[in-house]
Amino acid sequence: MSKKALVKEGTYFDSVTLMSISKDIKAIDGVKEATIIMGTEANKGILESAGLLVPEAEAARPNDLVIVIDGDYEIMDDVIKKTNQMLAEQKSSFDEEKEYNPRSLDGALDVQSNSNIVIISVPGEYATREARKALNKGLHVMLFSDNVPVEDEIELKKMAVEKGLLMMGPDCGTAIINGAPLSFANVVSRGPVGIVAAAGTGAQAVSTLVDRQGVGLSQVIGTGGRELQSKVKGIEMIKDMKALDKDDNTEVIVLISKPPAKEVSKKIMNEVKKLSKPVIVNFLGGDPSVVEGTDAIWAGNLEKAALKAASVITGEEKSDISLSEEEVNNIVEEETAKMSEKQKYIRGLYTGGTLTSEAIVILSEKFSEIYSNNPLKKELKLKKGLKSIKNTIIDLGEDEFTRGKPHPMIEPSLRNDKLIEEAEDEEVAVVLLDVVLGYGSHMDPAGEVAKAIKEAKEKVVKRGGYLSVIASVCGTDNDPQNLQVQEEKLRKVGAKVFPTNVQAVRVVSKIISDLN
Amino acid sequence: MTKKLEDLFKEELNVINIGLKSFAKNLKHEGFNSVQVDWKPPAGGDKEMAAILDDLEKISDKIKRANKEVVERMQKSEPVVVDVQTARDVLPNFEGKMILHAAPPEKWEDMSGPMQGAAIGACIYEGWAEDENSAKKMLNAGEVTFDPAHHHNAVGPMTGIVSPSMPVWIVENKSYGNTAYTTLNEGLGKVLRFGANGPEVIEKLKWMEKTLGPALGEALRKSEGGINLKNITSQALHMGDEVHNRNKAATALFIRELTPYLLKTSYSNEVIKKIIKFMAGNEHFYLNLSMPASKATMDAAHGVEYSTVLTAMARNGVHFGIRVSGLGDEWFVGEALKVDGLYFPGYTEEDACRDLGDSTISETAAVGGFAMAAAPAIVGFVGGTVSDSIRFTKDMYEITITENENFTIPPLNFRGTPTGIDLTKIIETGILPAINTGIAHKEPGIGQIGAGLVDPPEECFKNAIRAFAQKYIK
Repeated sequence: MSKKALVKEGTYFDSVTLMSISKDIKAIDGVKEATIIMGTEANKGILESAGLLVPEAEAARPNDLVIVIDGDYEIMDDVIKKTNQMLAEQKSSFDEEKEYNPRSLDGALDVQSNSNIVIISVPGEYATREARKALNKGLHVMLFSDNVPVEDEIELKKMAVEKGLLMMGPDCGTAIINGAPLSFANVVSRGPVGIVAAAGTGAQAVSTLVDRQGVGLSQVIGTGGRELQSKVKGIEMIKDMKALDKDDNTEVIVLISKPPAKEVSKKIMNEVKKLSKPVIVNFLGGDPSVVEGTDAIWAGNLEKAALKAASVITGEEKSDISLSEEEVNNIVEEETAKMSEKQKYIRGLYTGGTLTSEAIVILSEKFSEIYSNNPLKKELKLKKGLKSIKNTIIDLGEDEFTRGKPHPMIEPSLRNDKLIEEAEDEEVAVVLLDVVLGYGSHMDPAGEVAKAIKEAKEKVVKRGGYLSVIASVCGTDNDPQNLQVQEEKLRKVGAKVFPTNVQAVRVVSKIISDLN
Repeated sequence: MTKKLEDLFKEELNVINIGLKSFAKNLKHEGFNSVQVDWKPPAGGDKEMAAILDDLEKISDKIKRANKEVVERMQKSEPVVVDVQTARDVLPNFEGKMILHAAPPEKWEDMSGPMQGAAIGACIYEGWAEDENSAKKMLNAGEVTFDPAHHHNAVGPMTGIVSPSMPVWIVENKSYGNTAYTTLNEGLGKVLRFGANGPEVIEKLKWMEKTLGPALGEALRKSEGGINLKNITSQALHMGDEVHNRNKAATALFIRELTPYLLKTSYSNEVIKKIIKFMAGNEHFYLNLSMPASKATMDAAHGVEYSTVLTAMARNGVHFGIRVSGLGDEWFVGEALKVDGLYFPGYTEEDACRDLGDSTISETAAVGGFAMAAAPAIVGFVGGTVSDSIRFTKDMYEITITENENFTIPPLNFRGTPTGIDLTKIIETGILPAINTGIAHKEPGIGQIGAGLVDPPEECFKNAIRAFAQKYIK
């Protein structure tokens, strides 16, 4: 043990800083006591009572800094050096102010008093409370959280109707309000098409296609997937389409959903009748006859919904973006040429829920058995473990895949393992994929899946076959990932890329038909 | 009924994002306004508390109105120090062998070390006992009555001991007519308020009783109307004080105001010189004025039905107690916690007494820890950087009703200090009132050994909100 003192003449630090440095120095192994103090008489008294008043310290003047350390002899020089370092840092550690995040809704309103909408993505059990608070404060709500009881959803939506506020969700993943992409949404231009969607990637697909037709969007409103089921009864959709009907910037309204419950469908169509603006109804896989007796236009899939909306605006029949018979035949021929005889099935690996449904609906028109984790008929549901059977289309965004893991739109690498697994099945001929761009999605989803496509294709070639990969990218050139860049990444590894999911599915359908 | 929705389509979008941070980041990237909330489960995930909060929503209008009244009273209060008198002559219901201490109530045998030491000192000082042993004997025999100073319109720093012969500042709230009292600050080192009770301590107290107190009293009486403490505090906040743990500027300002009147008294220059030197030699001299000013302010705000605003927080080294404006004179208590702090040479956390003193009346009155951003010189207590101290104050806006009109903070563009601590907001956000405080040695007689930050126990707030729900929700 030894005591070492250092006096720095005319160096001032406030006592709190010095106490704080003393504390850190004292924490060093081998240091018994450390005191850094200004050399005032009172402080010398403190040093004395601590048994640290060595002669150097005794001689210090009030404006001198006194460092006295009691500890192991060997480390003393290091400790003094460290102390000097810390003193120097104190002088320079004036860090720039970090941004302050309020801790509550009230706090946020203090900071931004003109707030008008709240996005809530807290765990489901707390979500209702936060949403209710926001509505009570007169704020519009987008509730991204899932696992919210349907009773709560009904309560919140009724509250919102009373207050004339938006109550998007629960489980609402996509909305574009006043041009602002809220959570999962693409960068689209503004224009006269208004969407109310109970289907997230459905809204993304239609909004991007509308944008690609050179027509923009006024609002894209999400409602959450339970909106048109028998319990919620379309409370939110009815209110939102009425608001769009009165909105000066909206000229046509597109409604997107999976097929509604019968009585809800009736109720919605009754309300549609009262609207003054043209309405396009896209109930995926639903009954086209629901529009009978109204002025509404039926659209059987997402692509049609977008094209019809664009037609209403431009006044010209939008030519189908589908390829000609001949083009399709050429591609099919090319893709099937090198396949082995065993190859005959399709495996769809989707990240977007609505796109999955659209694929199943279209394929089911031609093939009776499309297996899935979310099939059209119960008996086609994949068993535990979700091993693909014959023709299978999987939604990787469903709960069984996302429990404890990020959604595949955020973390597309999850799909890669599944893709490689499918390539190991000798009977697989085609892999069908979606890639969804926009805010919220991964920054390079095509780049991620391209790695697996390359590996899978090589694997099949090695055993004397050919794996066809058919894909479509949902996005725009203004998305942060850029549509063209992403499409190119897929083409580069030999995938055939189509402008819409509908086109991709149609080609796949033809391939499978030809093989069988 | 879609008016608000149609309006939204025409407005500029200003988003609050609660949850996944990337959503706010994306909006910023696209050029939209958004504020990210640093969200935590309400009441720390405590279902019972969340249910109580939901129940209170039903009477939220009444609560809001009451709290508005409370913060109005706080800001309209005008505390002025008018005199110094002997405690037994002025404190209400202060009779016989009685000793007052820092709240909440505590029995002699359960008191913390420093508080017992100070009580022993008070017995000797009053001449009730010859020495420590005889003092202990009489205290053990229950011959002395104890009561919180708060119950006699008084507050005291650290142990908060007030005995009948001590001189006390008389602080009048000119707007509401109520009065608050505090003893005179003894300085640092070996002092009674930290539990020291040796001969030099008693000797100093006697000088304060015989000379300092009477002289200050006479000076104040010459001042015509006293000295306005609200003015001094608001100026001091612009000079780097938060008037709880830093009182340098306020002490200087007070001496500046007082000295002319002191010179008008009947005391000799020698005595006046000694008095000024005593005041100037103690950077915390003003603490014992800032405290009764806060007490006078908060007493005026107390007793408003339906109000959830805290009107007192106090610690006695064993328990931490709070009072709520709408809940009468009951203390809601929890165990006092250890101070996380910086220690003087030779001392460690092992030596520390748990949280102690009535001085947290400062925070209830919108100064002290709540004005931390005004006091960059003592940021070491809150993490070490100026931005830490600003964050510290900003957090307090989350649990308060309004921003003070009188007390403002230069580094926050003269934003008012967070005012009116709301019990429901504490439970909702889980943010506890920020307290910075001195640390006493756990043994009597040693004194201050450091300073730092301390949390109040959550329990006292939970107890209070349960009582509130029981009282107001049928």
